[in-house]
Amino acid sequence: MLNVKSEDRSTRTSFFNCSPYGFRAIFSWRFIPVLVAVLVLIPVGTILLSFLAPAGDVWQHLVETILPSLLINTFWLTLGVAVSSALLGVSLAWFTAVCEFPGRKFFSWGLLLPLAIPAYVMAFVTLGLFDFTGPVQTLLRSWVGPEQFWFPNVRGRLGVIIVMTLAFYPYVYLLARNAFLTQGKRSLEAAQSLGFNRMQGFLKVALPMARPWIASGVMLVLMETLADFGTVAVFNYDTFTTAIYKAWFSMFSLSAASQLASLLIVIVFVLIVMEQQFRSRMRYAETKHSSRIPRIPLTGWRAWGVAGFALAILFFAFLLPITQLIIWATDTFVEEFNQLYLGFLWHSLMLSGLAALLTCSVAVLVVYSARRHPDTVTRVAVRIATIGYALPGVVLAVGIFVPLAWLDNWLSEMAMQLFHIETGSLIQGTLAIMLIAYMTRFLAVGHNPIDSAMQRITFSIDEASMGLGLNGWSMLKRVHLPILKGGIFTAVTLVFVDVMKEMPITLMTRPFGWDTLAVRIFEMTSEGEWEQAALPAVALVLAGLIPIVLLTRQVEK
Amino acid sequence: MDISLLKLTNINQAYGNQVVVNNLSLTLKKGVIGCLLGPSGCGKTTVLRCIAGFEPITTGEISLNDVKVNSSGFSLRPEKRRIGMVFQDYALFPHLTVASNIDFGLYYLHHTERTLRVTEMLQTVGLADVTNSYPHELSGGQQQRVALARALAPRPDLLLLDEPFSNLDVNLRERLSLEIRDILKSQGTTAILVTHDQNEAFAIADEIGVMHHGEIIQWDTAYNLYHRPSSRFVANFVGQGVFLSGRVLDSRHVEIELGVLTVDISHQCTSDCRVCGAGCYVDVLVRPDDIVHDDTSSLQAQVVHKAFRGAEILYTLRLPGGGTALSLVPSHHNHAVGENIGIKLEVDHVVAFSQTAP
Amino acid sequence: MLKIWFSRYPTVIFFCAALFSSNLSYAEQVVVYSARIEKLIKPMFDAFTKNTGVPVKFVTDKAGVLLERLKAEGKNTPADMLITTDAGNLWEAVQKGLLEPIESETLEANIPAHLRDPQKQWFGLSVRARTIVYNTQKVKSADLSTYKDLANPKWRGRLCLRTSKKVYNQSLVAMMIAEHGETWSEQVVRGWVANLATEPLSNDTKAMEFVAAGKCDVTIVNSYYYGRLIKKKPNLPLAIFWPNQAGSGVHVNISGAGITKNARNKHAAIMLLEFLSSKKAQNLFADVNMEYPANPKIKPDSIVMEWGSFKQNQMNVVAAGELQTEAVKLMDRAGYR
Repeated sequence: MLNVKSEDRSTRTSFFNCSPYGFRAIFSWRFIPVLVAVLVLIPVGTILLSFLAPAGDVWQHLVETILPSLLINTFWLTLGVAVSSALLGVSLAWFTAVCEFPGRKFFSWGLLLPLAIPAYVMAFVTLGLFDFTGPVQTLLRSWVGPEQFWFPNVRGRLGVIIVMTLAFYPYVYLLARNAFLTQGKRSLEAAQSLGFNRMQGFLKVALPMARPWIASGVMLVLMETLADFGTVAVFNYDTFTTAIYKAWFSMFSLSAASQLASLLIVIVFVLIVMEQQFRSRMRYAETKHSSRIPRIPLTGWRAWGVAGFALAILFFAFLLPITQLIIWATDTFVEEFNQLYLGFLWHSLMLSGLAALLTCSVAVLVVYSARRHPDTVTRVAVRIATIGYALPGVVLAVGIFVPLAWLDNWLSEMAMQLFHIETGSLIQGTLAIMLIAYMTRFLAVGHNPIDSAMQRITFSIDEASMGLGLNGWSMLKRVHLPILKGGIFTAVTLVFVDVMKEMPITLMTRPFGWDTLAVRIFEMTSEGEWEQAALPAVALVLAGLIPIVLLTRQVEK
Repeated sequence: MDISLLKLTNINQAYGNQVVVNNLSLTLKKGVIGCLLGPSGCGKTTVLRCIAGFEPITTGEISLNDVKVNSSGFSLRPEKRRIGMVFQDYALFPHLTVASNIDFGLYYLHHTERTLRVTEMLQTVGLADVTNSYPHELSGGQQQRVALARALAPRPDLLLLDEPFSNLDVNLRERLSLEIRDILKSQGTTAILVTHDQNEAFAIADEIGVMHHGEIIQWDTAYNLYHRPSSRFVANFVGQGVFLSGRVLDSRHVEIELGVLTVDISHQCTSDCRVCGAGCYVDVLVRPDDIVHDDTSSLQAQVVHKAFRGAEILYTLRLPGGGTALSLVPSHHNHAVGENIGIKLEVDHVVAFSQTAP
Repeated sequence: MLKIWFSRYPTVIFFCAALFSSNLSYAEQVVVYSARIEKLIKPMFDAFTKNTGVPVKFVTDKAGVLLERLKAEGKNTPADMLITTDAGNLWEAVQKGLLEPIESETLEANIPAHLRDPQKQWFGLSVRARTIVYNTQKVKSADLSTYKDLANPKWRGRLCLRTSKKVYNQSLVAMMIAEHGETWSEQVVRGWVANLATEPLSNDTKAMEFVAAGKCDVTIVNSYYYGRLIKKKPNLPLAIFWPNQAGSGVHVNISGAGITKNARNKHAAIMLLEFLSSKKAQNLFADVNMEYPANPKIKPDSIVMEWGSFKQNQMNVVAAGELQTEAVKLMDRAGYR
């Protein structure tokens, strides 16, 4: 009986696998990461090719003058933002995922809200409030008198680190929270039975077991920090990106800029590989989730302390900037608002939505095929495929645009020769190209949460479903996708919000007339009119809240 | 040595309206391996988790070494109880190697002592060759040993084992359960095991409590549970057997359709049959080993079903009077289904329950 | 598999078509790549379309990006015209061979020689004067004289500057190099840095706010930023001072445009460029942003008129491009962030 059944199954699968005309005959899962990697490698390769072009004496000049201090600045900034985002994100995630304190339910989603605020917006709002001419210092001066009084230098290193941390910690928070929620609490009980209290258990068990998530989150923060230009420009804090911009836009040397940018790629690649090597043999899957284990109730000053802490973060990272933005936006509303805004909003939502879907679908395929074929080629391909996030957007934008324009010219040349028709550009300025460009930039953002979620699934599940006759698509669809739902939702949200905030690729690849809210912000801020940018910024934040609210409902389940 | 190490007094536990543990008491002496045996959902795991401190109790008292760890409004934190636990799914730390897993609870020791203890435990459970492997690289049996070693390493006062063998195959289960009993005995560990598998319970435990609906029905040795069950539930749950209707002839004899049984009232009969005078009807428990195959016997029964068990065959027989009985017969007596075979009663312990009793 | 997908979802096909539709259009029109933001350029385009019926399509982006875009697109570029907000990037466009010389008497008549390319590849359309703004409560206008004077130790701790990363400052220093040489200019920049009251700020408005709030006394900004700020907060104790009036004049930069080498609609593009230099468009330039019209016959905005007339530096703005890299290096050396 059993025998017959299994025979039946094997004939069925072999029919699909061996059919000479079938799609599956030539299709192999292991192609996917390689294919995506190639897609990402084109722009990255374009940038790396810059080493062939002479960069003049730009390098020498930079090395002799500003580069050393830029590197030091970048090092401290990256370290500061990574460490403080990790501390903030993980602690808040732990409190909201495992403990019980006043307002816990509200904070568990409220703390995600800062995701919707672009870092550069947070930067100009913070400076607007706390700088010498801002209301806070002005008020203090009116109390103490105009004579000098000490106030921390808001525009200094600490200021940038704080602002970036407040803007980026949600990446860590979201991923770590996901980890803590899906972690069976059985391990914590095991630690308790071995004589550790819950706090020690957290440090020794829950934290290490959440490591892929935390590492992914911190890696996103790290890449975002390294690639950032907008925020540091508002603070006039010079980093490595500053040198890239300077080489290109001030010294007219794109090749020098690209060479500098390739160094960023190398740095991030090394960091990623190091992290991977370090945890190569460890596993994070758990066999079973223990049911119905109550949250740790915090009492007395602890409970209120945690609530106060969460509130303070929420206040500075969201309530304060959004309030200031709304005040500015009402000031300029009449002057600035027109029916075009509906178009901006629609374009922003549509681009972000489509890009998020595309990016996360690709991420799922990449993660799944890397799981089915965990060989070296695939691993390297996956690393390459997710490197785009580490590049300053504007550099990647050129890297995407140049080969694209080349292909376009070649195509129209061919059309001319073969059919004697003048086609003009064929693929540029299409939405498809825009979406693929977003995908190359944000694949890491989609990949990391899904990859982490995949690590929670034990391999026995794959084996079990193979035993039930599932393979390839059917296994992905019926087994992994439902289990990965949470991770996918997180990924879609992050990509959506990130695309919404993205400027350089949008600016460079958008079709004529396809302005978005971020483009509008660019227009205003490029003329230094921060207050004018408040209206599109508020619209952007509100639109960004849509997926976050949806994500929240998901997270609460 | 005769001190009670663990004492549960009238503990109750409920989720909302659903009573999970009902006024349960038990005492465990030092060095004894106890077992809570019962069908799934009887509340046995909950009792274990209450002892460990993972679940609150509604009322009652738990004391360990004569110290109250759980009483009204007070609950000592799990990590302060010095209770080791082996979880059903082992809950090994996936990010730590075997050695680090075992080392995990030894934080109170000096470095050298820690290494020593880890090595000692690795040897005890026979895992010295996989010291630096990660849990996912081990087989189920090895994982189970790591879990045991990890729990035993800090020398807990009490070890709790929650269905520790349920993830293992039967052969491994039997071998490991004997092995674990030896390890526990060699370490002088007091332990409580929770299981639904009586063979496991018989193999490891000194004392077994059969649980039903959150209560311990009978707390006794394996032998007594099998041969002297105090209730129909225990009789049914522990071992195999059928009830045959019988009539009490006098204070020493009960008649069933297979013949007259002699009862040693003094300790054989349960409370039910004592109140039952001559002429009253009772149900008599007949175990498969109570009915012996005898080709010469005039008493014949028809084979309805047979189950081959290697050394023995378990026959299901239809008795002449229409009743059904089980018989365990050495396997060289091979009979076909439908055949009539001769049987003989050999009852040492008559267990009878009045027909009105539950 | 794919077949099923498509037949089952015809909408998908439609959608894909939408995804891949690119901007092909062959009717008479002008396509512009503009580094000047929409708000400050669209009114002129609208006026042109109203006058001629020729539609104008445009995208905005950073000038450097637009240049790379033109270069990559090569022959297939949809762009007919490039607009920037500084002379440096126009100069760079010429270096890259992206622009085409224009013979137009109208343009040559309307735009003064120092505001257009000697090779006729681009023309200034509006003038942006980089001048001094001071705190009227702390500084008398008599104390001020030249850009160089701000390097004098008497201004120690009293100067605020925008970051050297902004092209306006790079042009200013480039023109200084062109006029006085590198050594002289470097001394001035070093003097400025020594006089800074606070680290360089990220924009002109911020710099003026710092002056008004008393952090420093004087700063260098583009005049239209002053106009915008004063319009919003008329009570700030700020005033404009036109430097170098005894010498070569105030440093000016341009917002200008050129026709791309591969323009498809060259005729219409030249029409647009000429229109932008005409009275109508020049008035718009004056109005939308309080800049000075490049065409000297056109009067600036009435508010701007109140700031008084001044002597412009007559040196050709092409020097701002030629020496921009030198200027950046000089400022890096001098520690001007």
